[in-house]
Amino acid sequence: MTAEALTSPFQSATALEVINLCKSFGALRVLDNISFQLHRGSFHALLGGNGAGKSTLVKCIMGYYHADQGSVLIDNRKREINNTRDAHQHGLGMVYQHFTLVPEMTVLENLVLSRSPIPKIINWQKEKQHLETLMAETPFKIPLHKKASALAAGEKQKVEILKQLFLQPEILILDEPTSVLTPQEADEVLDMLKKWTRSKNLSVLIITHKFREVMNFADDVSILRRGKLAYSGPLAEKTPAMLAELMVGNEEIASTGARELVLKGDIRLDIHQLVASNDSGAVAVDGISLQLHGGEILGIAGVSGNGQRELVQVLSGQRSPDSGDIRVCGEPYTASREEMARHKLYCLPEEPLRNACVPRMNLVENLALRIFDQPRYTRWKWFLNRQALKAHALKLIARYHVRPPELERWIETLSGGNVQRLVLAREISGEVDLLITANPCFGLDFAATAEIRRQLMEARNRGVAVLLVSEDLDELLELSDRIAVIFGGQLRYEAPIAQANMDEMGLKMAGH
Amino acid sequence: MTETVLGWWGVPLAILGGAIRASTPYLFVSLGECLTEKSGRTNLGQEGNLVLGAMTAYAVSYLSGSPWLGVLAAGATGMLLGLLHAWVCQFKKVNDIAVGIALMLFGIGVAFFFGKPYIQPTAPHLPAIGFGNWSDIPQVRAALEINVLFLFGLLLAPLLSWVLSSTRWGLMLRTVGDSSDAADALGFSVNGVRMVATMIGGFLAGVGGAFLSLYYPGSWNEGLSSGQGLIAVALVVFARWDPMRCLYAALLFGGAGALGPALQSVGFSSGYYLFNAAPYVLTLILMIATCSPQRTLTGVPGELSITK
Repeated sequence: MTAEALTSPFQSATALEVINLCKSFGALRVLDNISFQLHRGSFHALLGGNGAGKSTLVKCIMGYYHADQGSVLIDNRKREINNTRDAHQHGLGMVYQHFTLVPEMTVLENLVLSRSPIPKIINWQKEKQHLETLMAETPFKIPLHKKASALAAGEKQKVEILKQLFLQPEILILDEPTSVLTPQEADEVLDMLKKWTRSKNLSVLIITHKFREVMNFADDVSILRRGKLAYSGPLAEKTPAMLAELMVGNEEIASTGARELVLKGDIRLDIHQLVASNDSGAVAVDGISLQLHGGEILGIAGVSGNGQRELVQVLSGQRSPDSGDIRVCGEPYTASREEMARHKLYCLPEEPLRNACVPRMNLVENLALRIFDQPRYTRWKWFLNRQALKAHALKLIARYHVRPPELERWIETLSGGNVQRLVLAREISGEVDLLITANPCFGLDFAATAEIRRQLMEARNRGVAVLLVSEDLDELLELSDRIAVIFGGQLRYEAPIAQANMDEMGLKMAGH
Repeated sequence: MTETVLGWWGVPLAILGGAIRASTPYLFVSLGECLTEKSGRTNLGQEGNLVLGAMTAYAVSYLSGSPWLGVLAAGATGMLLGLLHAWVCQFKKVNDIAVGIALMLFGIGVAFFFGKPYIQPTAPHLPAIGFGNWSDIPQVRAALEINVLFLFGLLLAPLLSWVLSSTRWGLMLRTVGDSSDAADALGFSVNGVRMVATMIGGFLAGVGGAFLSLYYPGSWNEGLSSGQGLIAVALVVFARWDPMRCLYAALLFGGAGALGPALQSVGFSSGYYLFNAAPYVLTLILMIATCSPQRTLTGVPGELSITK
């Protein structure tokens, strides 16, 4: 039977059924009366915006969270699943969104670790042979002796999947397994899972936000919207547009904003043969050269762990380069505070709460980080002008719709989208000549994503030079004027957006 | 006169002998701490365990007449303090370093309190095996008189290494120490594993203390340890959390500690206190030499609060 077959002979039976599941965190109702069925031997996609409750739902099924109400049936029998152990015993396996590999252990050790039970004394020679035979059944090739921390994100994801497959579960749940894979790798993984649903009667429940994957592989689809089930049933005849509408309902989505014709400005950022090491001392940025003009967005695509983080850290002053030359507006640049202010260079890094905020300072203080030493916001040179800072904060919070607008709140108590908006407000509300940004929309919902992309496009239209490092190809294709691919710390591909070839980029991202 | 025959050769010989003698407490404490840190917790209370162990061993040996009973009793007190550390640390927002410091002071205080009556009397010592009895030279015989506990330690290091690499329990321990997320996902009891590891670590530190009071220097007094338990904790970092390297590092530090007495034995007595400070200077030098602002340590268990 081919993997593309839409129907499966096993689909009549129910492998997993969820009935009236409810879950609240404090006053927030995350799951509201969810009921759906996963058919045996089917490939079932679970869709929903960020914060729709997808992860919470599968974690309730796996016993990671305890549901407030409702029940889970496996093979039509009600099961009490209180922890992941119970779940494994009932034939459930799950690939989590965050990696659960032990970083200091080798791939081999990590795979043996998931055996159940782990042998009291381990015969490494035997285990190695056994795992090599099993791996031959899959399209994956992972070096078993490598430490997990030394693997690329895509390889880690594959090990996570292997870990579960070796346990031979009857039901496999995957939480966004393809987010760190190139399109080709994603197809490879999903194709194999699809085949196993047919040949081994595996039932797959997969969380994803990529319609392409849903359309190509899913038999059934369930859609969550703000904790409620919007649809559950066969995929047949649903178009991506219909799925998108089910996901967002009739919410208003801001459009990205048009790309205006802007005269290409002067060279704002000129990087020549930049080399930088990562935390463990290995070379992460391996001789990158690039030029960025005013009024353009240069997109850098790549699977995470290929030097993007280190590149951004060098530019934002969080890491010193080993060698190479960085010039901003023609002048040597060492990422000092004074140079950033003079060249109007700003940064919107990934995970802004960690990389661009002081979590336990309030909104006013966090908004003041770039300006507190400017004459307008100081008194007698050495003292802060609280009034001026407060007025500044109020203005920005209103303009960028940061919620809740309580100035005295610690920033770490804000939601991810609001932290992102606040940092964006701090970084691009003033005069900006050069903006460095990495995964600016990671983990944000539709509306917040659209809002931030619109801001970036507007900045570009104003003549700002934007370096956009992102793992989201759709985002890059939407925003970039030029696009480059980073792999192993080197730029492997560069093209104007009109000539960018998706297939070729995918191959370059995988290092081919 | 054999002393004149040996001359300056007596120095390396004395250092070797001293390395073996003085390294034993370092070895036991660092192996114990290595195990504890591999599970993701730092127990600075090891110094307290060491001192309390020394006092207990001496007292029990004196009262019962059996030094081995003293060693077991010392291990047991270490285990109790380890249990206390693990029990307090399992609660949320408790800092293991702070608890460790508190327990260190507590252990030392208890030892001084109950140890007063045992400063004077002489307790039976642990036996040693004379590997140097073939020789007529007293320095050789002295250097090769090796205590049984050291031999245990010598076997313990490779044993721990093997347990960590090739047994279920070792794998569980390393998982818990490196990523509690992963341990949760696998259904391991994070606190349970850490409790066992901290208790074994405490036991070993207690045994190390027994060596101090029952063999070398071989009596109980309040200045007995002078921070050896803390140095041993630093030594684990230097050994990159590897039991075999803990053994080598312990020998190195033991040798450094023997430098002063060895030089004195050949009549080189100027700067005696300076040479006695060698282990501490060595600690500082190694710590500075092995760290870098640009990179993180390799081999460090991911759950340790110092690295988080």
